[in-house]
Amino acid sequence: MFPRLVYESFRRQSRRKLLAGIAITLGVAVATAMIAVATDIGDKINRELRSYGANLVVTPQEDTLDVEIGGINLKPPSDGAFLNEADLPKIRGTFWHHNIVGFSPMLPVPVKIGSGAKAEDGTLVGTYFNKKLTFGKEDFATGVRITHPWWKVEAKCSGTPSSGASGQAAELPSDCGWPSDDSQEVLIGERLAAKLSKHAGDAVEVNGRPLTISGILSTSNVEDDQIVAPLALAQQILGRPGAVRRVYVSALTKPQDALAVRDPKTMTPEVYDRWYCSPYVQSIAYQLQEVIPHSHAEQIRQVAQNEGTVLSRIKGLMLLITLAALLASALAVSAAMATAIFERRVEVGLMKALGAGNVTVAAIFFAEAFLLALIGGVAGFTAGSLLAHQIGRSIFSSQISIQPVLFPIILAIAVLVTFAGSAAAIRRAIKFDPVFALRGGA
Amino acid sequence: MSTLPGTLRSAKEVADRRAPAPHTSMFVRMLLRAAALRRGRAASALLAMIVAAAVATAMMNLYVDVQAKLRTEFRNYGANLVIVAKNGQALPPDAISTIELTLGPKTLAVPFAYAVARTNNGQSVVVVGTDFNRARQLNHWWNVSRWPASTGEALIGVRAAAVVSANREPFDLTFQGRTIRLTPGGMLQTGAGEDSRIYLDQSEFQSWTGVIPTTIEVAANGTAAEVAQSMGQLAQSLPTADVRPVRQIMEGEANVLNKTRATLYASATLVVLTSALCVLATLIGWVLDRRRDFAIMKALGASERLVNGFFAAEAAVLGVVGAILGFFIGIGVAAWIGRVNFHAPVVPRFSVFPYVLAGSVAVALISAIVPIGLLRRVQPAIILRGE
Repeated sequence: MFPRLVYESFRRQSRRKLLAGIAITLGVAVATAMIAVATDIGDKINRELRSYGANLVVTPQEDTLDVEIGGINLKPPSDGAFLNEADLPKIRGTFWHHNIVGFSPMLPVPVKIGSGAKAEDGTLVGTYFNKKLTFGKEDFATGVRITHPWWKVEAKCSGTPSSGASGQAAELPSDCGWPSDDSQEVLIGERLAAKLSKHAGDAVEVNGRPLTISGILSTSNVEDDQIVAPLALAQQILGRPGAVRRVYVSALTKPQDALAVRDPKTMTPEVYDRWYCSPYVQSIAYQLQEVIPHSHAEQIRQVAQNEGTVLSRIKGLMLLITLAALLASALAVSAAMATAIFERRVEVGLMKALGAGNVTVAAIFFAEAFLLALIGGVAGFTAGSLLAHQIGRSIFSSQISIQPVLFPIILAIAVLVTFAGSAAAIRRAIKFDPVFALRGGA
Repeated sequence: MSTLPGTLRSAKEVADRRAPAPHTSMFVRMLLRAAALRRGRAASALLAMIVAAAVATAMMNLYVDVQAKLRTEFRNYGANLVIVAKNGQALPPDAISTIELTLGPKTLAVPFAYAVARTNNGQSVVVVGTDFNRARQLNHWWNVSRWPASTGEALIGVRAAAVVSANREPFDLTFQGRTIRLTPGGMLQTGAGEDSRIYLDQSEFQSWTGVIPTTIEVAANGTAAEVAQSMGQLAQSLPTADVRPVRQIMEGEANVLNKTRATLYASATLVVLTSALCVLATLIGWVLDRRRDFAIMKALGASERLVNGFFAAEAAVLGVVGAILGFFIGIGVAAWIGRVNFHAPVVPRFSVFPYVLAGSVAVALISAIVPIGLLRRVQPAIILRGE
């Protein structure tokens, strides 16, 4: 009898059930979407924060002092120590290699720009633009186009002007103007270009070597007064094959806490493991030092130190908003359930007049609410996942991953909220005198 | 029939009371009695309204204010504008005060003057003259063991320290034949170029080298458009200087801020929609629940317009009261979120009140009109019979 009552109630009052079901579905959908976005927002914003550029720099351990003002390095060219370019792909072999978005080696070379007596002192920087490298079986590309997304190149070519500002490692804008990493082409900083009145496509003489300018580089930084060339070319000009002065590494990190700043040498093995296996900027720096011989890795504090604050602010904000969303959808579901049950006083009166006990009546209503919550919960979870997916695609142009563990939690919340919303209405419906209910004198 | 107030009073009494304002007084009475008699249902409808209005207010307040709050956080990244003397020209000596005058006193502007000095053993090192107080406010990320307080003290980058003063003893620096003796006041670590430099107080630096500041770093507040405007103003008031944006900082900020704003917008829309749905469900339930009132009014000869007007007025009153109460609660919630998350209260924005009010009344009216439309088709007799 009990299942039949519930079944018939669903079959015959499908319109009323539909209304309550829609409310539950919408409420659960919003809750799912918000929880998914809130749990993933840290990761997403972390990735966006990489548009501030590298947060780690690797330098040779025994380096001499840099004497640099306004992008002009006054240090003798062969002075100091170098890193070995051959060691760089090993960065991919560190424990947190999935967190390393990209890296760019830099090799500044003091050069004479121009020909004959008019030659001027300048700096040529060798780097990777979007260099294809291999580590083990893994192929990957890295370079300034990933680590320095604010570098923009202007060049004459068909199609849209190139820009490096994307923040996404996967999709780079058009290659227009960027030299290829194995070419003899260079980028020239916009201020230097204006001074020498050079344009894209012209040739510039560097240390007596004519080089083609593939594009004009604009960074609003010291590079505007420099020439940027493929690393191999810079090494040729310097006469030091394989030499790299420093490496900028852009890594996704966890905001630092008390554990992060401890000295790994003083840790117990247990704490050390926990520290080593957390993507703190300090532990990633430590691991970079491990894989690159004779190197010293340091966080770039301007970038690294501020990430944590911005990240925690945004995460906190989303958490609070998610709470508000959960509250609002819980209220919506409760209100819908209360309305749906309140309308059925006459039925309650009839059941009680026929001899049903309070417990039976309540059980029927709760069973109905449970079924509604399950159906609404499943539909709402699906809709919410789609919504979260859509938000991820349109805002961050990447997937928002939904943890499977969220499904039972959401279902449980849906059932709980539906019960809570129904409870008061069910109690009132049961308390109602059957005589009044049947007479219709509400 | 408790839903029909006034029937027990004497006819004369009623007629007397009706005399001055026959319709208005009855209308208001009905509104008040409807609220008073079904306190539970009316309260739950009002509660839904208040929650929705509060959530909407909080969301709108946050949406506007959080962007300003986040911008303040982003200023911790340091300068977003750099002012450099044009080739062969010098910055005017009063450049800092000109900048502060142009952009307002809250703007942080820090002068930097550079020179290459030699240590006793012939090693070149870059020495920078700056204003420590200002640099400290601008560059929060500088990890400084102790800021120099007295003359003759220098702030030394960690890598420079290894060269000039490994044991933290006083050292000599020579610039164009003039020697200065400095004591290490503190250590500076940033992970960037600053680590290889020595920082001196600006006046001390100038009296030693005679070099005046060539670079001023400025942290300009505001939106991208406001910063662009500041750049224009600065270029006008400092004709001998180049004003450049720090694109790394500006683009990073714009990127993160845009994404956050879009997420916030999507979430706020979802939350406001859900709460509107909640109100709709509750109010529709409330009105449907009172179909007997509706039927009695019609049976007693009330015109369709009057009945509609009554229910609409009821909904409107609910909307207005809910909006007003919800607005203040919402402002409280926004301020609390601001305090918890940003350690600064969100400034209440009374300009959102008309929107909240209009939205609340609109939702309330919709939820009154929908059930009335459904009920209109039903004969009062059928409702009164109890079906």
